[in-house]
Amino acid sequence: MELNLPFLSILIWAPILGGIWVLYAGDRQEQTVKVLSLSVSVIVFLVSVLAWFSFNTGTHAMQFVELTSWIETFNINYHLGVDGISLPLILLTTFTTVLVIISAWEVIETRVSQYMAAFLILEGLMNGVFAALDAMLFYFFWEAMLIPMFLIIGVWGGPRRVYATIKFFLYTFLGSIFMLVALLYLYSQAGSFNILDLHNQPLSLLAQQLIFIAFLLAFAVKIPMWPVHTWLPDAHVEAPTGGSVILAAIMLKMGGYGFLRFSLPIAPDASQALDSFMIVLSLIAIVYIGFVALVQNDMKKLIAYSSISHMGFVTLGFFIGFSTWAATGNTDAAVMGLEGGMMQMISHGFISGALFLCVGVLYDRLHSREISDYGGVANTMPQFAAFMMLFAMANSGLPGTSGFVGEFLVILSAFQASFWIAFLAALTLILGAAYTLWMYKRVIFGDVANQNVAELTDINGREKFILIVLAAVVLLFGIWPAPLFEVMHPTFEHLFEHITQSKLPG
Amino acid sequence: MISAELPLLLPEIALLTLACLVLVLDTVFDRPGTYVTYWLTQATLIIAMILVLYVAQDNAVIAFSGHFISDPMSTVLKFAVCLISLVVFFYSHDYLREHDIFKGEYFVLGLFGVLGMLVMISAGSLLTVYMGLELLSLSLYAMVAMHRDSPTASEAAMKYFVLGALASGMLLYGISMLYGVTGSIELREIAAHAAGQGETDLLMVFGLVFVVVGIAFKLGAVPFHMWVPDVYEGAPTAVTLFISTAPKIAAFAMAMRLLVDGLQPLLPDWQGMLIILAVLSMAAGNIIAIAQTNIKRMLAYSTIAHIGFLLLGLIAGTESGYAGSMFYVIVYALMSMGSFGMIILLGRRGLEADRLDDFKGLAERNPWFAFIMLLLMFSMAGVPPLIGFWAKWFVIKEVVAMGYVWLAALAVLFSVIGAYYYLRIVKLMYFDEPDSMSAIKASRSMRLVLSLNGLSLLLLGFLPGALMAVCVNAISVL
Repeated sequence: MELNLPFLSILIWAPILGGIWVLYAGDRQEQTVKVLSLSVSVIVFLVSVLAWFSFNTGTHAMQFVELTSWIETFNINYHLGVDGISLPLILLTTFTTVLVIISAWEVIETRVSQYMAAFLILEGLMNGVFAALDAMLFYFFWEAMLIPMFLIIGVWGGPRRVYATIKFFLYTFLGSIFMLVALLYLYSQAGSFNILDLHNQPLSLLAQQLIFIAFLLAFAVKIPMWPVHTWLPDAHVEAPTGGSVILAAIMLKMGGYGFLRFSLPIAPDASQALDSFMIVLSLIAIVYIGFVALVQNDMKKLIAYSSISHMGFVTLGFFIGFSTWAATGNTDAAVMGLEGGMMQMISHGFISGALFLCVGVLYDRLHSREISDYGGVANTMPQFAAFMMLFAMANSGLPGTSGFVGEFLVILSAFQASFWIAFLAALTLILGAAYTLWMYKRVIFGDVANQNVAELTDINGREKFILIVLAAVVLLFGIWPAPLFEVMHPTFEHLFEHITQSKLPG
Repeated sequence: MISAELPLLLPEIALLTLACLVLVLDTVFDRPGTYVTYWLTQATLIIAMILVLYVAQDNAVIAFSGHFISDPMSTVLKFAVCLISLVVFFYSHDYLREHDIFKGEYFVLGLFGVLGMLVMISAGSLLTVYMGLELLSLSLYAMVAMHRDSPTASEAAMKYFVLGALASGMLLYGISMLYGVTGSIELREIAAHAAGQGETDLLMVFGLVFVVVGIAFKLGAVPFHMWVPDVYEGAPTAVTLFISTAPKIAAFAMAMRLLVDGLQPLLPDWQGMLIILAVLSMAAGNIIAIAQTNIKRMLAYSTIAHIGFLLLGLIAGTESGYAGSMFYVIVYALMSMGSFGMIILLGRRGLEADRLDDFKGLAERNPWFAFIMLLLMFSMAGVPPLIGFWAKWFVIKEVVAMGYVWLAALAVLFSVIGAYYYLRIVKLMYFDEPDSMSAIKASRSMRLVLSLNGLSLLLLGFLPGALMAVCVNAISVL
C-alpha cells in the first residue's frame, strides 16, 4: 500500500502543536489536559507505526523525503527523510513518549499542563533530530531540545535539580556548539548543508580529524562517553521519572545517531585513524563505569552508570568495524558490529526506560531512591517484583531478552578483531549482572526491611499496563529481532561500504 | 542640482521640522495628564518611516557633493531605527508616567536623537558622520540626566558625558589626520586615496587607530566599555532602553561608513584591531556579567558581549560578513528592547524591578510573561529556535568562511559561558519560589506589544530567511 502522507512533518509538528494546545488549555481542567496529551501522543505513535509499515526495506535510500526551501539566501532547506537508522529511533521516540505520559498520570501534581506540553514538544523536536537531512535543520532541533529538557529537570526534579539541570544544559551546549563550527566549516567547503552532500565532500586528513573531534565533543557528551559523562548521573538522579526515561531512552541515542549520521560518513578516514582511541574510550566506559555502578547506593544513579556502560557497547560496535574488516577482510562481520551497536541502542531504550519506570514506581510510594531504604519488596509487591526481575535480567544481557542481542553481536564482531577487546567487553556481561542483580537482591529479596516497605501496595492497573507493554517489547526483540534487522540491514551495508572508501582528495 | 537632490533628505527634513514643532507644542501643552507630546512624537516617527520607504533607492545615490549617501543599507537601517524608537517610546510612556518623571523633553530629545542617527546612517563624509554623532550623543547625555533628583542618574550622566566627549575628541583627532593625509573629508575620496597609497601610509593608519577608538567607544567594545555598565544602571530604565537599542544600529552604520566606505583599502589594518576588540569584548562581557546582581548591569555586560559578536561580521571583511553584522545589530536591538521592556513591565510606582531577585518565581506570578522573558533570554544566549541563534550563526559562519576557525571556536566558547547568566534568569523565574505574589500592573497595550516583541523572536527564529535576505540585499549594492 502506497501512502503519500508527509509522515515526517506530521511526526514533528503534530506533537509540537498538540503541546501548544495543551499549554493553552492550562491547568483548570486537569483531566482534559491529560486525556488530550495522551491522545496526541497515541495518534503520533500510530502515525509512526503506519510509517514503519509503509517503509520500503529493500533500499538504503532516504524515504518519505520532504524538501522545501527554508532560508534561500544560504541554501538551507527544510529537508526531511528517514532510512534504516533513523526510522527505528523515531518509533522508539513516539513509543516512549506515550509511556511517559501515562506514567505521569497521577504522579505529577504541579503544573500538569506544562509538564505534558514539555514532553509533547520535546517529542516533536526529537523526531526532528532523527528526520532532518539538512545539517542546520538538524542542529536547530538538536539545540532546541535542550530548552524543554532544561525545564523538565529544573521544575519537576529532585532537591538538587537546579545544579543538575544547569550542568546538563551547559555541558551539552558546550559539546554541541563545536559541532556547529564544524558544520559551518563544512559549508564553507561544500557550499551546502545537505547531509548527503556533506557525506561525499572530499576532505584532507587534518580537516577530517578536526571535524571528527568537534563532532566527538558533541556526541560523546550526549551519549555519554567516559570522561565527559559526569552530567548524566546528576541529571538522571534529579530528573522526574519521565525525564529520566526520555533522557535514557532517546537523548542518549542521539549521540549514537550522530556518530552514524555525521562522524563516520563525513570523516571516514579520521574515524579509521582514530578508531583505536574510540575503542579504548569505549572499553573504559564499559569496564570502569561498570565498577562504578557496582558501588552506588542510589538506584537511579546505578541505572545511570549502567547506561553509560551499555553505551560503551554502542560506540565499541560502531568503531570496531574497521579492525574487524582489517583483520578478516569480511564486510559482514564489520557490519554486524555496527548493527549490534544499533540494536543495543534500541534495546537499551526499552530496558533502561523500564528500569527508570520501576524506580519511579518505588519512589512514588516511598519517596526514596536509596537502596538501603528498601528490602523485601517482593513480599508486599510480588507482581512488581516479577516485572523488575525481567528488566534486571534484560539489563544484564540474558539471552531471550533484547539486551542480549546487541551485546552478543558486538562481542562477536570484536572477537574477529581482537581477542582481548572482546574479552574485556564480555567482562561487562558479568559486571552488568553483578550490579543489576545485586541491586535487585537488596531491594526486592530478603525480609521486609522496615515499616514503610511493609505498607507498600502493589502496582496499579496503569503501572501494570506500562510494564507489560515494555516487557512484551523486550521479549519480542529478544526472541525475534528480525523485523528490526530487516529495516536496518540495507542502510548499514551501504554505510559501511561508504566509510571504507577514502575521502581524501586527489 | 540641489533641488533635485533635496527629496532624498525628506525623512530628515520632516523629522527636524516636526521635532521643532513638537518642542514648541510641548511648552503649550505641558500639563500633567496630557500626552500630546507623546502622540505627536509617535506620529512623527511614523511619518519618518513612511518617508524613508518613499525615498528608498535601489542603488547607492550620492548627493550634496558627497556629504550624503542614500542606499539600500541606509533605507533598512533608518527604517529599523524609526520602528525600534517607536516601540521604545511606547514602553517608555508607561514607565515615565508610573515613575512621575513624565516630561515632554524625553520625547523631544528622543526625536533629535533619532534625527542624529538618521544623519549618521546616511553620512557620506567625515563631517556628516561627526555631526550626526554629536546630535545623537548630546541628546542622550541630556536624557540620562533627565531624572535630576536621582544621584545615580546624575553620576551616570556625568560619566557618560565626560567619556563620550573624550571619545568624540579621539574620533575628531582621527578625522583631522585623515583629512590631513587625503585633503578631503569625503569618504569616497578618502577611499580612493587609501587605495592608491595603500597600507604603507603610516599617518593614515595612525588616523585609523583613532577612528577605530571612537567607534569602539560608541559601540561600547572592551577596553572602551567603562561607561556602559554605569550608564545602563544609573539611567532611568526608559533611557537605558533607548540607549541600548537604536543608537547601536547607528553606531554600526557609523562603523560601516567609516571603515568600509571610507577605509576599506586599509582592511588588513583595522581587521587586526577589531579582532582584539571583539575577543576582549566577548570575554570580558560574558565573564563579568556572571557576577552581577543588578539585571540592568548584567544586560550592560551582555551588550558588551553582543558587540563583540557583532564585530565578528565586520572582521570577516566580506559583503556577507557585513550583512551578518547588520542582521546581528537589528536582532540585538529587538532582544534588548524586549528585555528592558520586561524590566519596565515588572516595575511599579517607586520600585525599579532591576534586581535579579525581582524575577524570582515569575512563572508562578505570571506564567505568560515568564515565558516571554524565557524567549528573550534563550534568544540572547543564542539557542534555537530563537532568532538570537541565527544572529550568532550568521557572523560565525562568515568568520569561518574567511578561515578564522580559531576565532569562531573562541566565540562559541564565550557564548557557552554567556549562556550561564541567561539561564540563571530562567532559573530564578521557573525554579525558585516568588518572594511576593504581587500582580503585574501594566496597561493592556503594553502587555500586548511586549508579548508581540517576545513572540517575534520565536517567529523570526523559525523563519529567519526574509530578514537575512533583506540584510544581504541591502549590503550587496554598497
